[in-house]
Amino acid sequence: MSVGAFDQIFIHLKQWLLSPLAGRVPGWLLQIVSSLLNIAVLLGVFLTLFALMSVLERKILGRMQNRYGPNRVGPFGLFQPVADGIKMLIKEDIVPVSADKVVHFLAPILVAATAILALGIIPYGRNMTPFVIDGGILFFFAVGSTTELAVFMAGWGSNNKFSMLGAMRAIAQMISYELPLIIAVLPVVMIVGSLNPDRIVLAQKYYYFGFLPHWFVLTPWGATAFILFFVSGLVESNRTPFDVPEGESEIVAGHMTEYSGFKYATFFMAEYLGMFAVSGLAVTMFLGGWHPPFPFLAFIPSYVWFFAKLSVLLFTFIWVRGTLPRIRVDQMMNFAWKFMLPMAFTCVISSAVWYYTGHRLLAWFWSFAVIAVVYIVLSLFLDTRRKFTPRTYRFAE
Amino acid sequence: MTPTLQFFLIVSAALFCIGLLAALSRRHAIFILIGIEMMLAAANLNFIAFWRFGARSPAPIGVMVVIFSIAIAAAEAAVGLAMVIAIYRHFRTTNVDQFNRLKG
Amino acid sequence: MNTVAFAIIAIFTLTFALAAATNPRLMHAALSFAAMFVGIAGFFFLLGAEFVGLVQIFVYVGAVAVLIVFTILLTRRETQPHHGFKWGGVIVAGAVFAGLLWAIIKTSAVSIAAPLVKALTVKQIGEVLMTQYVWPLLCVGVLLTAALIGALVLVMEDRSER
Repeated sequence: MSVGAFDQIFIHLKQWLLSPLAGRVPGWLLQIVSSLLNIAVLLGVFLTLFALMSVLERKILGRMQNRYGPNRVGPFGLFQPVADGIKMLIKEDIVPVSADKVVHFLAPILVAATAILALGIIPYGRNMTPFVIDGGILFFFAVGSTTELAVFMAGWGSNNKFSMLGAMRAIAQMISYELPLIIAVLPVVMIVGSLNPDRIVLAQKYYYFGFLPHWFVLTPWGATAFILFFVSGLVESNRTPFDVPEGESEIVAGHMTEYSGFKYATFFMAEYLGMFAVSGLAVTMFLGGWHPPFPFLAFIPSYVWFFAKLSVLLFTFIWVRGTLPRIRVDQMMNFAWKFMLPMAFTCVISSAVWYYTGHRLLAWFWSFAVIAVVYIVLSLFLDTRRKFTPRTYRFAE
Repeated sequence: MTPTLQFFLIVSAALFCIGLLAALSRRHAIFILIGIEMMLAAANLNFIAFWRFGARSPAPIGVMVVIFSIAIAAAEAAVGLAMVIAIYRHFRTTNVDQFNRLKG
Repeated sequence: MNTVAFAIIAIFTLTFALAAATNPRLMHAALSFAAMFVGIAGFFFLLGAEFVGLVQIFVYVGAVAVLIVFTILLTRRETQPHHGFKWGGVIVAGAVFAGLLWAIIKTSAVSIAAPLVKALTVKQIGEVLMTQYVWPLLCVGVLLTAALIGALVLVMEDRSER
């Protein structure tokens, strides 16, 4: 597998940029400058991707609903984010009189900050992880759990009953689905033996029979864990069908009700960045990171593969949004605690079965059998169809 | 000059005394719990500081104690807050000066 | 280990701890409490125990702080009575701090610099947790289950009385 010249182009570029400083400044200053460069590039790439995605989402949703999306501003409507950005920036910033000024101001900043922090540990290409932390996956989840507190601050700081209700619902939803999210990641961490995202990507670099990739999504426990992780990621970023916190017909805009202009744009950006972070982690853990699916395609640079896989996942996010209606709050809670959590534990057991019965075809069969048995049992127990009796009509005689 | 162990111990002692202050002078039940959590956190900081500066054995004992301590503190906070809610339902107040009747 | 980093994290942590202990506004005190734990996690990173720092942020800021703000919300009255502040606590806390400070400064064995050591990896922690400390791990699991069930039982409304 040859590594093309384009693959490491950004690494060489960064080294060339830092070379005037290399010998002349103390080590800690060089480290700080290098980190700042990483952060600047990360922010630049992902804010551009956010802008692009906000217009692409509207266009794709429009096409799914048999209409054009925005197509007035620029070629095919692609300059729409510029227009949106200008609109958000020049809107009047209204803060309610009885709102808690400090908390109301800090909440959108914290939500966006935690979403951006989570992007820092994902490997985007060969040697292209912004910050290599030994417990990278744990860092991702620690930062994700801080989002709940920031959402609560947004809801409480607005001093508004709708905001408070919306924030409580959002936090209940996020806490319930955090458990399947983390436990779905556990089989991968167990099989690889490390929490370092680089090692997890490296463990998926082998190819069976020379051409089938060793991605974890192609194993029974990996496929189930990927579906669980993806659905929990949908919930964590408050996307339809789980967008109860921002359901317009129910609680106005939930915890974002009292925010206008740029602060609302910050919430919007934080939601999309959360989506990118969850998709990025799903690509890293289940879809093989920056590895190409077949070894003869290795001439394409690694970051291109990463962003291609990321785009597929983001398209699936948009696709699900255009297809499914909103789920009721109690249905969502039931789903999390009664179905997803047992399935997540089953994935862990199934991956252990796969690992300990060797890597032959029998291992695939046994681990699939474990998952299938638990799924069938759960479907039988959680069947709600028989609770509805046939409708009886009574007419006035 | 690099920080010696004394700096970390002084900071953790200060944190412990601030937690003691919260636990002793506040009259709201939840704040007393906050003070207790602060004291636990100060003790954890002490453990890690001593582990870092001390003679290194093969086992990371200080880190292990702190991991279990964090888990136990979380469990204790959960039960303590459940108790505060249960008491509030009965007394309709969270002022600990008014929890002076045993009749339930 | 850098003195500047230590000073910044120490000032951050102690400021938010004081705010949590003395601020009469409940919510601000609870949010300062969460910020203080981020500061303590910073200390853990400085001391080389990154895994513990991440677990601290995860458990305390993500779970305990959210529990505390929810409880403050659930135990609120429309007219918030002003809870008092007993000044005797300040004297006791000050005395305890003076005593501890004297003890720390007088002990010469603790004014040592940090030895240069290898970083502690998560793999080592995992190995030790599963071999030497497996009994405490199982006990903590049982304890957390008992705490969960106990907390639920305490706050469950008695439906049979209605």
